[in-house]
Amino acid sequence: MKRNKSVLLSVPYILWMVAFTLIPLGVVCYYALTDPNTGEFTWSNIAELGTFLPVFGESIGYSLVSALLCLVLGYPVAYFIAHRKPLTQKLLYMLVMLPMCMSFLLRTLAWVALLQDTGIINDFLEMLGLARLPLIRHPVAVVLGMVYNYLPYMILPLYAIIVKIDNRLIEAAEDLGCTPAQTFVKVVLPLSMPGIVSGITMVFVPAVSTFYISQKLGDTGTFLIGDVIERLFKQGDNANLGAALSLLLMILVFVCTGIMNKLTDSDGEEMVVV
Amino acid sequence: MKKANRVITILIFVFLYAPMLVLIIGSFNEGKSLARFDGFTFEQYAELFRDQDLLKLLGNSILISVISSFVATVFGTVAAVGICNLKPKMRRLVMQLTDIPMTNPDIVTGISLSLLFVFVGTKMLGQRDSLTFWTLLIAHVTFNLPYVILNVMPKLNQMDHSLTDAAMDLGCTPLQSFFKVTLHEILPGVVAGAIMAFTMSLDDFVISYFVSGMDFVTLPVEIYSYTKKPIPPKIYAMFTLLFLLILVLMITMNLLQLRSDKKKVQVGK
Repeated sequence: MKRNKSVLLSVPYILWMVAFTLIPLGVVCYYALTDPNTGEFTWSNIAELGTFLPVFGESIGYSLVSALLCLVLGYPVAYFIAHRKPLTQKLLYMLVMLPMCMSFLLRTLAWVALLQDTGIINDFLEMLGLARLPLIRHPVAVVLGMVYNYLPYMILPLYAIIVKIDNRLIEAAEDLGCTPAQTFVKVVLPLSMPGIVSGITMVFVPAVSTFYISQKLGDTGTFLIGDVIERLFKQGDNANLGAALSLLLMILVFVCTGIMNKLTDSDGEEMVVV
Repeated sequence: MKKANRVITILIFVFLYAPMLVLIIGSFNEGKSLARFDGFTFEQYAELFRDQDLLKLLGNSILISVISSFVATVFGTVAAVGICNLKPKMRRLVMQLTDIPMTNPDIVTGISLSLLFVFVGTKMLGQRDSLTFWTLLIAHVTFNLPYVILNVMPKLNQMDHSLTDAAMDLGCTPLQSFFKVTLHEILPGVVAGAIMAFTMSLDDFVISYFVSGMDFVTLPVEIYSYTKKPIPPKIYAMFTLLFLLILVLMITMNLLQLRSDKKKVQVGK
């Protein structure tokens, strides 16, 4: 009896989430399937999506490269933090989290000051008697911006998994004759898979849809899918085409996260707890 | 191998903090450029406190994050108690609903909400400005709720439910047993969820950018508009102050946690 009653507490929440997450997605579908001027049903927005496939490809490319770089750079950091004393762990964890709380717009602007042709790094190079380098307005600068902004999203889930790995398993592997490299590949790495998967997802999703990083650090010709959508809504006044693109972006992200979750199906339940 | 890890970690921390150091140094700069240091001054801080408009924007940001995280925390905690008692199949469905704003890119969440508000506001209610403080608040509560739910649910699941049964056997009303037993047990999750929601809300740019109207703008949205005009250095002064504020908040949180951990150990002995 009391069980049934307390279930009612979830009803307002369910209604809220339906009203402000499911229904808005329905409205996006509605806009994607109507004409901007007449408001009548049309497939033309969907048909136009084909011309944006190269942009989608480019965005996916940039964010995959960034996600993999984050993994390569973030793993040693997460591993290092997980093997400190508890107090040091807390401190380092806090230091990884802190940048996430600060304005990412300003932090990206700071990179402009570092990388630009008359910027800090180039001034330094000149001081050393070296030539100035074209660092900004370059695909590498965009990847750098993404890695910089989303690296904490990789380190934190990796750390959460690595810190839970039972040290006795590593000792057992070593006792049984594994070299440190073998222990890492055969024991530590497979056990950190859930962290790797959730880290890659957490970097990939914001990176694929970003529009500020590419505007500030990319070449003037660099348009990622987020830039195109932002322009259509805020400047181009074609919300309907923008809605169609958002829909495609959403499907892309759901397919990607779906595949990622399949990879660690057995651990699916535990991920929520982490 | 261990040495390599240490070196990489130090380099990564330099990488993470160098741009913030540039901004902090920029706040003491006489010149306007971040890239060139012209001389030391506190003028930017004085400038910041003279600028009523900028302080108002900061106030707006703090207002929206305090209200939205508070609403989301209360609403989410209550909802989590209900979800916890749902049948497994229904529970899985509700958790999938909770995951939507978490997995959806921010830009899609922002656009879908703004289209909804414009659709309902202009087409159904005939308003001229459909994006207001209230739409911004609804959006912030919506993306804050999952953080609260995901932090509270594990604590509820770990909790020993015979405790609430015992409380009620001893004469507590369900409401009393919630406040005296359940809330006490799940409090760390509630606090963690509230803090996460607050920081997410304070720093949110993408969703606010699509959902806010002319009459109520938050700080990150205003900072974005500086892409077209040069950014005044007093913004860096504000960044520095916020950096200190968040640093102090985080250290206090850690110290508090440390103290309660110690207490638990002592009680355990």
